[in-house]
Amino acid sequence: MSNSFYREIINDHNLRPAHKHELDGANLTLRGVNPSCGDDITLKLLVEDDVVKDGAYTGDGCAISQASADMMLDLVIGKTKDEALDLYRLFDRMIKNEATEEEIEKLEEAGSLIDVSHMPARVKCAVLGWRTMSNMLEGE
Amino acid sequence: MDIKAVREDFPLLKEYGDIAYLDNAATTQKPYFVIEAEKNFYERENANPMRGLYELSQRATDIYEKARESVRDFINAKSTKEIVFTRNATESLNLLAYSYGELLEEGDEIAVTVVEHHSNLIPWQQIAKRKGLAIRWIECEDDGTISEEALKKAISDRTKIVAMTQISNVLGIENDIKKYARIAHEAGAIFVCDGAQSVPHIFVDVEELDVDFLVFSGHKMLGPMGIGVLYGKEKYLEKMPPFLFGGEMIEYVTREDSTWNELPHKFEAGTVNAAGATGLMAAIDYYKRLGFSNIIERENYLSRFAYNILKDIPEVNILGSRDADMHHGIFSFTVDGVHPHDIAEILSSDGICVRAGHHCAQVLMQHMKTMSTARASIAFYNTEEEIERFAESLSTLRRRMGYVK
Repeated sequence: MSNSFYREIINDHNLRPAHKHELDGANLTLRGVNPSCGDDITLKLLVEDDVVKDGAYTGDGCAISQASADMMLDLVIGKTKDEALDLYRLFDRMIKNEATEEEIEKLEEAGSLIDVSHMPARVKCAVLGWRTMSNMLEGE
Repeated sequence: MDIKAVREDFPLLKEYGDIAYLDNAATTQKPYFVIEAEKNFYERENANPMRGLYELSQRATDIYEKARESVRDFINAKSTKEIVFTRNATESLNLLAYSYGELLEEGDEIAVTVVEHHSNLIPWQQIAKRKGLAIRWIECEDDGTISEEALKKAISDRTKIVAMTQISNVLGIENDIKKYARIAHEAGAIFVCDGAQSVPHIFVDVEELDVDFLVFSGHKMLGPMGIGVLYGKEKYLEKMPPFLFGGEMIEYVTREDSTWNELPHKFEAGTVNAAGATGLMAAIDYYKRLGFSNIIERENYLSRFAYNILKDIPEVNILGSRDADMHHGIFSFTVDGVHPHDIAEILSSDGICVRAGHHCAQVLMQHMKTMSTARASIAFYNTEEEIERFAESLSTLRRRMGYVK
Protein backbone atom coordinates (compact mmCIF):
# COMPACT_ATOMS: atom_id res chain seq x y z
CA MET A 1 0.00 0.00 0.00
CA SER A 2 2.71 2.45 0.98
CA ASN A 3 4.39 2.09 -2.37
CA SER A 4 1.48 3.90 -3.93
CA PHE A 5 0.64 5.87 -0.82
CA TYR A 6 3.73 8.04 -0.81
CA ARG A 7 2.87 9.37 -4.19
CA GLU A 8 3.67 12.70 -5.64
CA ILE A 9 0.93 14.68 -3.97
CA ILE A 10 1.98 13.81 -0.41
CA ASN A 11 5.69 13.94 -1.17
CA ASP A 12 5.23 17.32 -2.80
CA HIS A 13 3.41 18.87 0.16
CA ASN A 14 6.01 17.36 2.50
CA LEU A 15 9.08 18.50 0.59
CA ARG A 16 7.73 21.81 -0.73
CA PRO A 17 5.06 22.96 1.71
CA ALA A 18 3.32 26.24 0.84
CA HIS A 19 2.38 27.09 4.41
CA LYS A 20 5.33 25.97 6.51
CA HIS A 21 6.65 29.27 7.79
CA GLU A 22 6.20 31.81 10.56
CA LEU A 23 3.10 34.00 10.46
CA ASP A 24 3.49 37.51 11.82
CA GLY A 25 0.19 38.95 12.89
CA ALA A 26 -1.40 35.59 13.71
CA ASN A 27 -3.98 35.93 16.48
CA LEU A 28 -4.35 32.21 17.25
CA THR A 29 -1.46 29.86 18.03
CA LEU A 30 -1.58 26.26 19.25
CA ARG A 31 0.95 23.47 19.47
CA GLY A 32 -0.12 19.96 18.53
CA VAL A 33 1.96 16.94 19.53
CA ASN A 34 1.79 13.19 19.00
CA PRO A 35 3.86 12.11 22.01
CA SER A 36 4.34 8.52 20.90
CA CYS A 37 5.87 9.30 17.52
CA GLY A 38 7.19 12.81 17.92
CA ASP A 39 5.10 14.73 15.39
CA ASP A 40 5.22 18.24 16.76
CA ILE A 41 3.69 21.23 15.00
CA THR A 42 2.70 24.76 15.92
CA LEU A 43 -0.27 26.03 13.98
CA LYS A 44 -0.89 29.76 13.58
CA LEU A 45 -4.03 31.36 12.21
CA LEU A 46 -5.17 34.88 11.53
CA VAL A 47 -8.94 34.92 12.12
CA GLU A 48 -10.89 38.12 11.57
CA ASP A 49 -14.68 38.54 11.41
CA ASP A 50 -15.02 34.76 11.78
CA VAL A 51 -13.00 34.21 8.62
CA VAL A 52 -9.64 32.39 8.45
CA LYS A 53 -7.70 35.12 6.66
CA ASP A 54 -4.32 33.38 6.76
CA GLY A 55 -2.57 30.39 8.30
CA ALA A 56 0.83 28.73 8.63
CA TYR A 57 2.60 26.03 10.59
CA THR A 58 6.09 25.21 11.82
CA GLY A 59 7.53 22.07 13.38
CA ASP A 60 8.69 18.56 12.62
CA GLY A 61 7.13 15.24 11.90
CA CYS A 62 6.57 12.49 9.40
CA ALA A 63 5.56 13.17 5.81
CA ILE A 64 1.91 12.39 6.53
CA SER A 65 1.60 14.84 9.41
CA GLN A 66 3.38 17.63 7.54
CA ALA A 67 1.66 17.14 4.20
CA SER A 68 -1.76 16.86 5.86
CA ALA A 69 -1.32 20.16 7.72
CA ASP A 70 -0.20 21.85 4.52
CA MET A 71 -3.16 20.54 2.51
CA MET A 72 -5.51 21.57 5.29
CA LEU A 73 -4.26 25.16 5.19
CA ASP A 74 -4.64 25.21 1.39
CA LEU A 75 -8.25 24.33 1.99
CA VAL A 76 -9.30 26.45 4.96
CA ILE A 77 -7.63 29.79 4.22
CA GLY A 78 -10.42 32.07 3.08
CA LYS A 79 -13.16 29.95 4.64
CA THR A 80 -15.33 30.93 7.60
CA LYS A 81 -14.71 29.37 10.99
CA ASP A 82 -17.80 27.20 10.65
CA GLU A 83 -16.80 26.05 7.19
CA ALA A 84 -13.33 25.16 8.46
CA LEU A 85 -14.80 23.18 11.35
CA ASP A 86 -17.15 21.38 8.96
CA LEU A 87 -14.16 20.42 6.83
CA TYR A 88 -12.37 19.12 9.93
CA ARG A 89 -15.37 16.94 10.78
CA LEU A 90 -15.52 15.69 7.20
CA PHE A 91 -11.80 14.89 7.20
CA ASP A 92 -12.19 13.06 10.48
CA ARG A 93 -15.05 11.00 9.03
CA MET A 94 -13.02 10.22 5.92
CA ILE A 95 -10.17 8.88 8.06
CA LYS A 96 -12.70 6.70 9.89
CA ASN A 97 -13.90 5.50 6.49
CA GLU A 98 -17.34 7.01 7.04
CA ALA A 99 -17.45 9.60 4.24
CA THR A 100 -18.86 9.16 0.73
CA GLU A 101 -16.78 9.71 -2.39
CA GLU A 102 -18.81 12.78 -3.21
CA GLU A 103 -18.11 14.28 0.20
CA ILE A 104 -14.42 13.49 -0.05
CA GLU A 105 -14.17 15.60 -3.21
CA LYS A 106 -14.84 18.65 -1.05
CA LEU A 107 -11.53 17.99 0.70
CA GLU A 108 -9.67 18.51 -2.58
CA GLU A 109 -6.04 17.34 -2.27
CA ALA A 110 -6.52 16.33 1.37
CA GLY A 111 -8.84 13.64 0.02
CA SER A 112 -5.72 11.80 -1.11
CA LEU A 113 -5.18 10.86 2.55
CA ILE A 114 -8.15 8.47 2.36
CA ASP A 115 -5.67 5.57 2.35
CA VAL A 116 -4.84 6.41 5.97
CA SER A 117 -8.23 4.94 6.89
CA HIS A 118 -6.57 1.55 6.31
CA MET A 119 -3.43 2.48 8.27
CA PRO A 120 -4.42 2.64 11.94
CA ALA A 121 -0.90 3.45 13.12
CA ARG A 122 -0.86 6.62 10.99
CA VAL A 123 -4.28 8.06 11.78
CA LYS A 124 -2.95 10.33 14.48
CA CYS A 125 -0.30 11.66 12.09
CA ALA A 126 -2.90 12.56 9.46
CA VAL A 127 -5.29 14.29 11.85
CA LEU A 128 -2.70 16.21 13.91
CA GLY A 129 -2.99 19.50 12.02
CA TRP A 130 -6.77 19.20 11.74
CA ARG A 131 -7.29 18.38 15.38
CA THR A 132 -5.07 21.29 16.38
CA MET A 133 -7.08 23.66 14.17
CA SER A 134 -10.38 22.46 15.57
CA ASN A 135 -9.14 22.81 19.15
CA MET A 136 -8.09 26.35 18.34
CA LEU A 137 -11.27 27.44 16.61
CA GLU A 138 -13.56 25.80 19.10
CA GLY A 139 -11.61 27.17 22.03
CA GLU A 140 -11.80 30.69 20.70
CA MET B 1 24.27 -23.66 12.79
CA ASP B 2 21.97 -24.99 10.07
CA ILE B 3 19.84 -21.86 9.73
CA LYS B 4 17.34 -23.46 7.39
CA ALA B 5 16.62 -26.16 9.94
CA VAL B 6 16.46 -23.61 12.76
CA ARG B 7 13.88 -21.53 10.88
CA GLU B 8 11.79 -24.66 10.50
CA ASP B 9 11.43 -24.59 14.30
CA PHE B 10 9.59 -21.26 14.17
CA PRO B 11 5.99 -21.59 12.95
CA LEU B 12 5.59 -17.86 12.28
CA LEU B 13 8.75 -17.69 10.18
CA LYS B 14 7.47 -20.64 8.17
CA GLU B 15 4.02 -19.13 7.77
CA TYR B 16 5.31 -15.75 6.60
CA GLY B 17 8.47 -16.70 4.76
CA ASP B 18 8.34 -13.47 2.77
CA ILE B 19 8.68 -11.05 5.68
CA ALA B 20 11.98 -10.08 7.23
CA TYR B 21 11.41 -9.81 10.98
CA LEU B 22 13.96 -7.32 12.29
CA ASP B 23 12.26 -6.18 15.50
CA ASN B 24 13.74 -8.75 17.84
CA ALA B 25 14.60 -6.24 20.56
CA ALA B 26 10.85 -5.65 20.91
CA THR B 27 9.95 -9.33 21.05
CA THR B 28 11.36 -12.48 19.49
CA GLN B 29 9.48 -15.10 17.52
CA LYS B 30 8.67 -18.37 19.33
CA PRO B 31 9.91 -21.82 18.47
CA TYR B 32 7.42 -24.65 18.19
CA PHE B 33 8.69 -26.16 21.48
CA VAL B 34 7.67 -23.09 23.47
CA ILE B 35 4.19 -22.93 21.96
CA GLU B 36 3.80 -26.67 22.48
CA ALA B 37 4.95 -26.48 26.12
CA GLU B 38 2.39 -23.83 26.95
CA LYS B 39 -0.34 -25.77 25.14
CA ASN B 40 0.68 -28.98 26.84
CA PHE B 41 0.39 -27.35 30.27
CA TYR B 42 -3.24 -26.45 29.63
CA GLU B 43 -4.00 -29.78 28.01
CA ARG B 44 -2.33 -32.04 30.56
CA GLU B 45 -1.13 -30.25 33.70
CA ASN B 46 -3.66 -27.52 34.34
CA ALA B 47 -4.68 -26.96 37.96
CA ASN B 48 -3.96 -24.07 40.29
CA PRO B 49 -0.35 -24.53 41.40
CA MET B 50 0.37 -24.62 45.14
CA ARG B 51 -3.30 -24.79 46.13
CA GLY B 52 -4.72 -28.29 45.83
CA LEU B 53 -3.45 -31.41 47.52
CA TYR B 54 -4.69 -33.61 44.70
CA GLU B 55 -2.23 -35.04 42.24
CA LEU B 56 -3.00 -32.75 39.30
CA SER B 57 -2.39 -29.64 41.36
CA GLN B 58 0.84 -31.18 42.61
CA ARG B 59 1.93 -31.77 39.03
CA ALA B 60 1.16 -28.14 38.14
CA THR B 61 3.20 -27.05 41.15
CA ASP B 62 6.10 -29.32 40.21
CA ILE B 63 6.34 -28.09 36.65
CA TYR B 64 6.16 -24.46 37.78
CA GLU B 65 8.95 -25.01 40.30
CA LYS B 66 10.96 -26.92 37.70
CA ALA B 67 10.73 -23.85 35.49
CA ARG B 68 12.04 -21.75 38.36
CA GLU B 69 15.00 -24.09 38.74
CA SER B 70 15.68 -23.86 35.02
CA VAL B 71 15.83 -20.04 35.27
CA ARG B 72 18.07 -20.26 38.35
CA ASP B 73 20.47 -22.47 36.46
CA PHE B 74 20.38 -20.23 33.34
CA ILE B 75 21.61 -17.15 35.24
CA ASN B 76 23.56 -19.08 37.87
CA ALA B 77 21.69 -17.85 40.94
CA LYS B 78 22.46 -19.54 44.28
CA SER B 79 18.93 -20.58 45.13
CA THR B 80 15.43 -20.75 43.63
CA LYS B 81 14.40 -18.49 46.54
CA GLU B 82 16.11 -15.75 44.55
CA ILE B 83 13.96 -16.24 41.43
CA VAL B 84 10.64 -14.39 41.49
CA PHE B 85 8.32 -14.81 38.51
CA THR B 86 6.63 -11.62 37.32
CA ARG B 87 4.85 -10.55 34.13
CA ASN B 88 7.96 -9.01 32.55
CA ALA B 89 11.04 -6.88 33.24
CA THR B 90 8.83 -3.82 33.67
CA GLU B 91 6.83 -5.43 36.44
CA SER B 92 10.04 -6.65 38.09
CA LEU B 93 11.37 -3.09 38.17
CA ASN B 94 8.10 -1.72 39.52
CA LEU B 95 8.14 -4.38 42.22
CA LEU B 96 11.64 -3.28 43.16
CA ALA B 97 10.86 0.42 43.17
CA TYR B 98 7.71 0.00 45.26
CA SER B 99 9.15 -2.54 47.66
CA TYR B 100 12.83 -1.63 48.02
CA GLY B 101 11.74 2.00 47.78
CA GLU B 102 9.87 1.52 51.05
CA LEU B 103 13.21 0.95 52.78
CA LEU B 104 14.60 4.31 51.67
CA GLU B 105 14.42 7.60 53.52
CA GLU B 106 13.99 11.20 52.51
CA GLY B 107 17.19 12.57 51.00
CA ASP B 108 18.45 9.18 49.83
CA GLU B 109 19.62 9.08 46.24
CA ILE B 110 19.05 6.79 43.27
CA ALA B 111 21.55 6.95 40.39
CA VAL B 112 20.11 6.15 36.96
CA THR B 113 21.76 6.36 33.53
CA VAL B 114 20.34 8.52 30.75
CA VAL B 115 20.23 5.53 28.37
CA GLU B 116 17.66 3.60 30.40
CA HIS B 117 14.40 2.26 29.01
CA HIS B 118 11.43 4.02 30.64
CA SER B 119 10.81 0.89 32.72
CA ASN B 120 14.13 1.38 34.54
CA LEU B 121 13.53 5.07 34.95
CA ILE B 122 9.91 6.03 35.63
CA PRO B 123 9.45 3.62 38.60
CA TRP B 124 12.49 5.26 40.27
CA GLN B 125 11.43 8.77 39.31
CA GLN B 126 7.96 8.26 40.77
CA ILE B 127 9.06 6.58 44.02
CA ALA B 128 11.53 9.45 44.38
CA LYS B 129 8.69 11.95 44.09
CA ARG B 130 6.56 10.11 46.63
CA LYS B 131 9.29 9.55 49.20
CA GLY B 132 11.37 12.70 48.76
CA LEU B 133 14.35 10.88 47.25
CA ALA B 134 16.70 12.41 44.70
CA ILE B 135 17.43 11.03 41.23
CA ARG B 136 21.02 11.52 40.13
CA TRP B 137 21.67 11.13 36.40
CA ILE B 138 24.60 9.14 35.10
CA GLU B 139 25.50 10.80 31.78
CA CYS B 140 26.67 8.82 28.76
CA GLU B 141 29.40 9.26 26.15
CA ASP B 142 28.61 10.11 22.52
CA ASP B 143 28.37 6.42 21.62
CA GLY B 144 26.03 5.77 24.56
CA THR B 145 28.52 4.00 26.81
CA ILE B 146 28.80 4.84 30.48
CA SER B 147 32.24 5.80 31.72
CA GLU B 148 33.58 5.02 35.16
CA GLU B 149 33.99 8.77 35.76
CA ALA B 150 30.34 9.47 34.86
CA LEU B 151 29.19 6.81 37.29
CA LYS B 152 31.45 8.07 40.09
CA LYS B 153 30.29 11.63 39.48
CA ALA B 154 26.67 10.62 40.00
CA ILE B 155 27.11 8.68 43.25
CA SER B 156 27.60 10.03 46.74
CA ASP B 157 27.40 8.71 50.28
CA ARG B 158 23.62 9.15 50.04
CA THR B 159 23.32 6.84 47.02
CA LYS B 160 21.26 3.77 47.90
CA ILE B 161 20.53 2.35 44.44
CA VAL B 162 22.41 2.35 41.12
CA ALA B 163 20.14 1.27 38.25
CA MET B 164 21.75 0.47 34.89
CA THR B 165 20.98 -1.50 31.78
CA GLN B 166 23.48 -4.11 30.65
CA ILE B 167 22.69 -3.66 26.94
CA SER B 168 20.90 -0.55 25.66
CA ASN B 169 17.67 -1.25 23.78
CA VAL B 170 18.38 1.75 21.54
CA LEU B 171 22.12 1.63 20.86
CA GLY B 172 23.10 -1.96 21.64
CA ILE B 173 26.13 -0.86 23.70
CA GLU B 174 27.11 -3.05 26.64
CA ASN B 175 28.04 -1.63 30.02
CA ASP B 176 30.72 -3.19 32.22
CA ILE B 177 28.25 -4.37 34.82
CA LYS B 178 30.77 -6.30 36.91
CA LYS B 179 32.98 -3.26 37.40
CA TYR B 180 30.09 -0.86 37.97
CA ALA B 181 28.39 -3.14 40.49
CA ARG B 182 31.66 -3.17 42.44
CA ILE B 183 31.85 0.62 42.37
CA ALA B 184 28.24 0.86 43.57
CA HIS B 185 28.96 -1.56 46.40
CA GLU B 186 32.05 0.39 47.45
CA ALA B 187 29.80 3.45 47.74
CA GLY B 188 27.36 1.49 49.90
CA ALA B 189 24.65 1.23 47.22
CA ILE B 190 22.89 -1.79 45.76
CA PHE B 191 23.10 -2.45 42.02
CA VAL B 192 20.02 -3.10 39.87
CA CYS B 193 20.76 -4.49 36.41
CA ASP B 194 18.23 -4.35 33.56
CA GLY B 195 18.92 -7.53 31.63
CA ALA B 196 15.98 -7.32 29.20
CA GLN B 197 18.31 -7.00 26.18
CA SER B 198 21.32 -8.85 27.59
CA VAL B 199 20.01 -12.10 29.07
CA PRO B 200 18.67 -13.24 25.66
CA HIS B 201 21.91 -12.45 23.81
CA ILE B 202 25.02 -12.82 26.03
CA PHE B 203 26.02 -15.05 28.95
CA VAL B 204 24.72 -13.47 32.16
CA ASP B 205 25.95 -14.97 35.40
CA VAL B 206 24.66 -13.16 38.48
CA GLU B 207 27.33 -14.57 40.74
CA GLU B 208 30.11 -13.50 38.40
CA LEU B 209 28.62 -10.01 37.91
CA ASP B 210 27.72 -9.73 41.60
CA VAL B 211 24.60 -7.66 40.88
CA ASP B 212 22.03 -7.43 43.65
CA PHE B 213 19.05 -7.53 41.31
CA LEU B 214 18.59 -8.56 37.69
CA VAL B 215 15.37 -8.28 35.69
CA PHE B 216 14.40 -9.69 32.31
CA SER B 217 11.40 -10.70 30.17
CA GLY B 218 10.61 -14.15 28.80
CA HIS B 219 9.16 -12.89 25.52
CA LYS B 220 12.41 -11.29 24.39
CA MET B 221 14.19 -14.65 24.70
CA LEU B 222 11.89 -16.92 22.65
CA GLY B 223 9.50 -17.41 25.58
CA PRO B 224 5.83 -16.44 25.89
CA MET B 225 4.54 -12.98 26.69
CA GLY B 226 3.41 -12.47 30.28
CA ILE B 227 6.27 -14.18 32.08
CA GLY B 228 9.30 -12.33 33.42
CA VAL B 229 11.88 -12.66 36.13
CA LEU B 230 13.16 -10.74 39.09
CA TYR B 231 16.41 -12.14 40.44
CA GLY B 232 17.37 -10.74 43.84
CA LYS B 233 19.93 -11.64 46.46
CA GLU B 234 18.16 -13.47 49.22
CA LYS B 235 19.32 -11.08 51.95
CA TYR B 236 17.63 -8.17 50.19
CA LEU B 237 14.46 -9.99 49.15
CA GLU B 238 14.08 -11.12 52.78
CA LYS B 239 13.96 -7.61 54.17
CA MET B 240 11.77 -6.16 51.41
CA PRO B 241 8.04 -5.80 52.09
CA PRO B 242 5.60 -7.53 49.69
CA PHE B 243 4.64 -5.72 46.50
CA LEU B 244 1.19 -7.20 45.92
CA PHE B 245 -1.06 -8.70 48.58
CA GLY B 246 -3.49 -11.57 48.21
CA GLY B 247 -3.56 -15.30 47.72
CA GLU B 248 -0.60 -17.58 48.29
CA MET B 249 1.75 -14.81 49.44
CA ILE B 250 0.69 -15.10 53.10
CA GLU B 251 1.68 -17.28 56.00
CA TYR B 252 -1.05 -16.42 58.50
CA VAL B 253 -3.90 -13.90 58.36
CA THR B 254 -6.02 -12.47 61.16
CA ARG B 255 -8.47 -9.57 61.31
CA GLU B 256 -5.70 -7.29 62.47
CA ASP B 257 -2.62 -8.27 60.51
CA SER B 258 -0.86 -10.85 58.37
CA THR B 259 2.49 -12.54 58.06
CA TRP B 260 4.16 -13.40 54.81
CA ASN B 261 4.98 -16.61 53.02
CA GLU B 262 8.63 -17.52 52.50
CA LEU B 263 10.66 -16.54 49.43
CA PRO B 264 9.99 -16.41 46.58
CA HIS B 265 6.24 -16.81 47.16
CA LYS B 266 6.09 -13.64 49.24
CA PHE B 267 6.35 -11.76 45.93
CA GLU B 268 3.99 -13.92 43.88
CA ALA B 269 0.50 -12.93 44.97
CA GLY B 270 -2.45 -14.50 43.21
CA THR B 271 -2.58 -17.35 40.74
CA VAL B 272 0.73 -17.52 38.93
CA ASN B 273 1.43 -17.85 35.20
CA ALA B 274 2.47 -21.49 35.34
CA ALA B 275 1.90 -22.08 31.63
CA GLY B 276 4.08 -19.06 30.85
CA ALA B 277 6.81 -20.32 33.17
CA THR B 278 6.63 -23.70 31.43
CA GLY B 279 7.01 -21.93 28.09
CA LEU B 280 10.02 -20.01 29.38
CA MET B 281 11.60 -23.26 30.51
CA ALA B 282 11.07 -24.64 27.00
CA ALA B 283 12.77 -21.51 25.60
CA ILE B 284 15.77 -22.08 27.88
CA ASP B 285 15.87 -25.72 26.77
CA TYR B 286 15.88 -24.50 23.18
CA TYR B 287 18.86 -22.21 23.88
CA LYS B 288 20.66 -25.27 25.27
CA ARG B 289 19.65 -27.43 22.33
CA LEU B 290 21.19 -24.97 19.82
CA GLY B 291 24.02 -24.11 22.20
CA PHE B 292 24.09 -20.60 23.64
CA SER B 293 27.64 -20.02 22.39
CA ASN B 294 26.51 -20.95 18.84
CA ILE B 295 23.65 -18.47 19.12
CA ILE B 296 25.99 -15.73 20.33
CA GLU B 297 28.49 -16.46 17.56
CA ARG B 298 25.76 -16.33 14.92
CA GLU B 299 24.31 -13.07 16.28
CA ASN B 300 27.75 -11.44 16.38
CA TYR B 301 28.34 -12.52 12.80
CA LEU B 302 24.98 -11.12 11.60
CA SER B 303 25.54 -7.94 13.58
CA ARG B 304 28.87 -7.32 11.82
CA PHE B 305 27.33 -8.26 8.48
CA ALA B 306 24.53 -5.72 8.94
CA TYR B 307 26.80 -2.95 10.20
CA ASN B 308 29.16 -3.29 7.27
CA ILE B 309 26.34 -2.96 4.76
CA LEU B 310 24.49 -0.16 6.52
CA LYS B 311 27.55 2.01 7.05
CA ASP B 312 28.09 2.20 3.29
CA ILE B 313 24.67 3.67 2.50
CA PRO B 314 25.43 7.41 2.41
CA GLU B 315 22.05 8.70 3.62
CA VAL B 316 21.85 6.25 6.53
CA ASN B 317 23.19 7.44 9.88
CA ILE B 318 23.73 4.74 12.51
CA LEU B 319 23.49 6.01 16.09
CA GLY B 320 25.98 4.92 18.71
CA SER B 321 29.24 3.08 18.34
CA ARG B 322 31.36 2.92 15.17
CA ASP B 323 32.42 -0.54 16.32
CA ALA B 324 30.11 -3.24 14.93
CA ASP B 325 30.77 -5.49 17.92
CA MET B 326 29.37 -2.86 20.29
CA HIS B 327 25.89 -3.12 18.74
CA HIS B 328 24.77 -6.59 19.79
CA GLY B 329 22.45 -6.74 16.80
CA ILE B 330 20.70 -3.45 17.60
CA PHE B 331 20.89 -0.60 15.06
CA SER B 332 19.07 2.66 15.60
CA PHE B 333 19.34 4.84 12.56
CA THR B 334 18.00 7.81 10.69
CA VAL B 335 17.77 8.47 6.97
CA ASP B 336 18.48 12.01 5.79
CA GLY B 337 15.22 13.85 5.17
CA VAL B 338 12.96 10.88 5.89
CA HIS B 339 11.03 10.74 9.15
CA PRO B 340 11.45 7.42 11.05
CA HIS B 341 7.72 6.67 10.77
CA ASP B 342 7.88 7.04 7.01
CA ILE B 343 10.96 4.78 7.02
CA ALA B 344 9.09 2.07 8.90
CA GLU B 345 5.98 2.45 6.76
CA ILE B 346 7.84 2.04 3.46
CA LEU B 347 9.98 -0.82 4.79
CA SER B 348 6.74 -2.45 5.92
CA SER B 349 5.39 -2.28 2.39
CA ASP B 350 8.53 -4.19 1.36
CA GLY B 351 7.79 -6.82 4.01
CA ILE B 352 10.46 -5.65 6.46
CA CYS B 353 9.56 -5.20 10.14
CA VAL B 354 11.47 -2.49 12.00
CA ARG B 355 10.51 -0.27 14.89
CA ALA B 356 10.21 3.51 14.72
CA GLY B 357 9.76 5.98 17.53
CA HIS B 358 11.48 6.87 20.77
CA HIS B 359 11.91 3.22 21.85
CA CYS B 360 10.68 4.02 25.37
CA ALA B 361 13.85 6.01 25.95
CA GLN B 362 12.84 9.66 25.72
CA VAL B 363 15.56 10.86 28.10
CA LEU B 364 18.18 9.33 25.80
CA MET B 365 16.43 10.83 22.74
CA GLN B 366 16.55 14.26 24.41
CA HIS B 367 20.23 13.71 25.19
CA MET B 368 20.89 12.84 21.52
CA LYS B 369 18.73 15.79 20.44
CA THR B 370 16.41 13.74 18.28
CA MET B 371 12.70 13.01 18.58
CA SER B 372 12.78 9.51 17.21
CA THR B 373 14.76 6.98 15.21
CA ALA B 374 14.11 3.78 13.31
CA ARG B 375 15.58 0.59 14.77
CA ALA B 376 16.42 -2.78 13.29
CA SER B 377 17.33 -5.58 15.69
CA ILE B 378 18.64 -9.01 14.84
CA ALA B 379 18.23 -12.52 16.22
CA PHE B 380 20.16 -15.66 15.30
CA TYR B 381 17.34 -16.92 13.05
CA ASN B 382 17.66 -13.92 10.74
CA THR B 383 19.50 -14.43 7.47
CA GLU B 384 22.05 -12.53 5.39
CA GLU B 385 19.42 -12.36 2.65
CA GLU B 386 16.96 -10.59 4.97
CA ILE B 387 19.59 -8.05 5.96
CA GLU B 388 20.48 -7.44 2.31
CA ARG B 389 16.81 -6.92 1.45
CA PHE B 390 16.53 -4.47 4.31
CA ALA B 391 19.56 -2.51 3.10
CA GLU B 392 18.30 -2.50 -0.47
CA SER B 393 14.95 -1.16 0.60
CA LEU B 394 16.67 1.50 2.72
CA SER B 395 18.66 2.77 -0.22
CA THR B 396 15.47 3.39 -2.23
CA LEU B 397 13.77 5.45 0.50
CA ARG B 398 14.84 8.93 -0.52
CA ARG B 399 13.79 8.35 -4.11
CA ARG B 400 10.42 7.03 -3.00
CA MET B 401 9.88 10.02 -0.75
CA GLY B 402 10.25 12.33 -3.74
CA TYR B 403 13.88 13.38 -3.42
CA VAL B 404 15.74 13.40 -6.73
CA LYS B 405 18.65 11.02 -6.59
